[in-house]
Amino acid sequence: MDEPKIRDQTAALDPTSGRYVGRPFRRVDGRDKVSGVTRFADDLEFPRMCYLRLVRSKIPHGRISSVDFAPAQKVDGFLGSLVGTEMPETFGILPVSQDEHALGIDRVRFVGDPVAAVAATSEDSAYEAALQVRVEYEPLPTIASIEEALANPEPRIHDYGSEGNIHKRVSMRFGDLQSGFEEADLILEDHFFYEGNTHMALEQHATVAVPEDVDRITVYSSTQTPHYLHRALTRVLGIPAARIRVIACPNGGGFGGKSDPFNHEIVAARMALKLGRPTKITLDREEVFYCHRGRHPVSMKIRTGFSKDGAMTAQHLQTALDGGAYGSYGVASTYYTGALQTVTYPLPRYQFDGVRCFTNKPPCGPKRGHGTPQPRFAFEVHLDKAAEKLGIDPADLRLANLATPGQVTANWLRLGTIGLRRCIEAVIEGSEWRQRRGNLPYGRGLGLACGAYMCGAGLPIYWNHLPQSGVQLKLDRSGGVALFCGETEIGQGSDSVLAALVADVLGVDLQDIRLCVADTDLTPVDLGSYSSRVTLMAGNAALQAATRARNLIAGAVAERLETAPENLVFAERRVFDSAAPEAGLSFEDAVITAEARFGTLSTVGSYIPPRSPGKYRGAGVGPSPTYSYSAAVIEVEVDPSSGIYRPVHVWLAHDIGRAINPTLVLGQIEGSVYMGLGEAMMEEQAFRRLPRHLSDALVHKVPSVLEYKTPTFLDMPEVTSYLIEDPDPEGPFGAKEVGQGPLLPVPPALANAIHDAVGVRIDQVPIQPYMILQALAAGDKGEEARFGPIGFPEVDFGETLIVPTPEEGGDGRAINDPKSQRHSKMRGDTGTMSDRDKALKTKDRALTTK
Amino acid sequence: MLRLPQFRFHLPGSIREALSILAAEGPEARVVAGGTDLWPNMKRRHQKPATVVSLMSIEELNGVDVADTSREARIGATTLLEDLVRNPALRARFPGLARAVASISSPPLRHMGTLGGNICLDTRCTYYNQTEDWRRAIDYCMKEAGTVCWVAPSSSRCWAHTASDSAPMLCALGARLRLLSADGERILPITELYRDDGIQYLTKRPDEVVADVLLPTASDSDHCRSSFWKLRRRGSIDFAVLSVAAAVWTDARGVVSDARIFLGAVGSQPVAVEAATETLRGQSLTEERIAEVAQLARKLATPMDNTDFKAQWRGLMAARYTEAALREIAGLETEVLPPRHATL
Repeated sequence: MDEPKIRDQTAALDPTSGRYVGRPFRRVDGRDKVSGVTRFADDLEFPRMCYLRLVRSKIPHGRISSVDFAPAQKVDGFLGSLVGTEMPETFGILPVSQDEHALGIDRVRFVGDPVAAVAATSEDSAYEAALQVRVEYEPLPTIASIEEALANPEPRIHDYGSEGNIHKRVSMRFGDLQSGFEEADLILEDHFFYEGNTHMALEQHATVAVPEDVDRITVYSSTQTPHYLHRALTRVLGIPAARIRVIACPNGGGFGGKSDPFNHEIVAARMALKLGRPTKITLDREEVFYCHRGRHPVSMKIRTGFSKDGAMTAQHLQTALDGGAYGSYGVASTYYTGALQTVTYPLPRYQFDGVRCFTNKPPCGPKRGHGTPQPRFAFEVHLDKAAEKLGIDPADLRLANLATPGQVTANWLRLGTIGLRRCIEAVIEGSEWRQRRGNLPYGRGLGLACGAYMCGAGLPIYWNHLPQSGVQLKLDRSGGVALFCGETEIGQGSDSVLAALVADVLGVDLQDIRLCVADTDLTPVDLGSYSSRVTLMAGNAALQAATRARNLIAGAVAERLETAPENLVFAERRVFDSAAPEAGLSFEDAVITAEARFGTLSTVGSYIPPRSPGKYRGAGVGPSPTYSYSAAVIEVEVDPSSGIYRPVHVWLAHDIGRAINPTLVLGQIEGSVYMGLGEAMMEEQAFRRLPRHLSDALVHKVPSVLEYKTPTFLDMPEVTSYLIEDPDPEGPFGAKEVGQGPLLPVPPALANAIHDAVGVRIDQVPIQPYMILQALAAGDKGEEARFGPIGFPEVDFGETLIVPTPEEGGDGRAINDPKSQRHSKMRGDTGTMSDRDKALKTKDRALTTK
Repeated sequence: MLRLPQFRFHLPGSIREALSILAAEGPEARVVAGGTDLWPNMKRRHQKPATVVSLMSIEELNGVDVADTSREARIGATTLLEDLVRNPALRARFPGLARAVASISSPPLRHMGTLGGNICLDTRCTYYNQTEDWRRAIDYCMKEAGTVCWVAPSSSRCWAHTASDSAPMLCALGARLRLLSADGERILPITELYRDDGIQYLTKRPDEVVADVLLPTASDSDHCRSSFWKLRRRGSIDFAVLSVAAAVWTDARGVVSDARIFLGAVGSQPVAVEAATETLRGQSLTEERIAEVAQLARKLATPMDNTDFKAQWRGLMAARYTEAALREIAGLETEVLPPRHATL
């Protein structure tokens, strides 16, 4: 096998010679989407198709005593039912958190937890039948918050995890923290809270399972991760993976909310097999709130030492996450609340403690920015306060303290290119920060914040040493190029990116590329559309496959044209000698020449990220081939008499490496600003307990699109976007991610702008008008003009892993970890880089995660 | 998706036919116009009528007659909200009403919803406007199938709030309604349509249909200045969590001869700030008087924790928005950031 890694991806081709890369081009699925031709999962119809509906728990915590389908069976059109014991195997996205059942077997853990399922000949009948199913429960006491989970180890929501209702605790120290704080001229400590929120993709999850023969099945689903769904189906259905085909339909938005394998997907497959009929389920909006996997509510305590010039000497960050009722990606989310603090500004010594609790609420998981918007909010507001105390302009504080390209951070992340300086310069110039900040009338303000994000997680979710992206190209005498890849189009434009990369390498038009994506039977594995990985990882795999195809064709054509392969140019659907352009072949003839010379033409490309230097337990979360950077300035208008405020303009600059399609990049930036403002201003996945003496109810406050507030067009300010291009050697043609990073600076920039406008600090999101009024009132009374949490929960984070930093001469390992000696195949949550190294050496092929 | 239950649907072509169906079916029948309130409620199983009678094919219930300023204006109950917003004569003659109607929901829903429907809009509450499954999880509430009002568990009444934007404005403008039933016709001041109860919020009988809204010439913009301020989270879509509808009559010297202020969404019916009339009558609309009236409004508003935003803050905003609405009428600057629809 070739070394899959191409060292300098920017050198692959002169990007200015291509027709697409770097230029705005129409996305390949654009016409179909705007004209209603695209078939989403809910648009699929099959003969004899039946409709599935899940019966969900109406109590927040308890045991299931009985399920009675008798009244449901009387509903016209009723076809069948399922209960949990028919699917006893557990599943879950992370190997370490296999804690879900397709339908509850004995326990329910939140209002909305699926208990049973019914199928019927029509959607109306299935809905009615589900309402008729009678379930009896024995209630158990409930846990509603981080504080309650910490205070009440019993009853345990799960019988695994760190202890009691603590799912996961993490504590790690990089470097001599104490001397770091001793060196500081200023030590600042702050508390923050970031409320949970949900993805609100327009498309509600849908799945259609189609049985074939006796023991084969195809599952169409709105999933971002067909490969992981494939694995979960294999595990729960007990059918070999080779007989299950998962096809991810184009997603009507994902944002992380369709990255877990879900109950309804597995139940649809089981029901289809049971009834021998295609089975469709489309969730209603309330059910999407119960699938959730959205942003964790996080309490944070951050303490940082600064020298007079604003350089940071040490930081200690503590986070407590409200995880909801299941593991989901939670262990990774917990690490992510600490992992990326070090990649923007030099942080020579750093301690991170995190804890995730189980509560009787829908499970939290990954949402755009996965675990990092919360600590980023804390960090960037904290920096704004530090700048004020140190008498330094917040922009200058950041400009004077930027991380170094290629450096290895205190927590052992290797950084790539860093365009943050240019990002900051762009937004301060655009907003006229130097002239206007501090000179605006009372009630108007400017706020600045930055952020950074991964371009793909360095490690897969389950531990293995296989490619994380694969691309296969098939070329034949038609002159067409078929591109096979497991990646999933979730609206971000990944299909268009891959097609453009291949089209430019081969010098053909986008229309010559036939895409076949996200089909586990037909396409090479790609891990999915999450962690901002597709452009970089699938893009590099596509680049490799296309380069190999080009080389094959060039070899054959060079013989025929009697020139050297390196003299050949692929452009305008032709292959020709750069010295004698008129003597070339059409692309079609070039392929025919190659097919005649080599036989059937097909090439492959695959991608595995570079190894990360970190080798301590937990080092698997955070590494990435490179990181993207963003900076934002927000201008806000605040009415001090009501607390009502309005962002009036957002300037956002994003370090994209190189834009494959600038139009798509702008779309992602504007979408991120929109989502970031939603979280900062109004979005809340809020819950409600009824008075305890009258009821045990613990319910989602308002699981509806009307009452879960997301901004409308009228609430969106003007957005000015800047694309900062500094090609990164790790990315295809130098490209980095843009799907998630630009969200990060938005919430803290808003909070900082409100402070600039009326002088109050709001240390939590969403920022509500009453908070501003309360902070103003506190200021008037001579108290701190602030609204936010006043403390951090009492948490035992367990023993701290001690990891010397690169600067201290460390080797990337912890010096006090007894577990690091253990020879375990399945270790911990996400595996580590050393696991993979070992596996490569021993050729360990055991990839299942029982 | 959520599905409608089974029901019989009638689409009568005349009011006479509609009224006779309603008389025959009794309280099991419901009237529907645009359906933007009833259909979602039926999907959530709030109402399970055996029969639904649509008014949308009855021509005489549709139409706006406002151009002749010498006569009282008439608006047919099934007139689309968007048709009102786009009617230049209505905007000129009753600008406060135009603004209130323009603030209702979003353009697509204003193209379906009707004025009659908005006047009869069901009261709302976040313990009530939920699916059947959700309401099972709280054992329902007093408004439907349950026994407790979860907003105020010790209360013997339901606290669901009025959510109509046209209602408080029509109350302030002194509108009257023409109601029709098989028994005949009656004319009723709109203020008498509403009751202070979240469940029985209308005095109208089930077999009665709101046919027309009548607006007096005294409320024309020539005689009266009106304003409507609506508080909600977003610039569109949301129901009011507080609204202030104000109409003020002044003489040539600027002395107030009459004033009517109604608050929306902070009670089960539009709340009249009655004392405001006495406070303002015979006075000029000064900053001081306005501030006084704002405090009166604050005392009357009873925002509960059953909609968006913190209840306490909404109470405070009742004062701020009353002040803003009256300042706008008086031509004074308004401190509060205006709602986005205020540009109309």
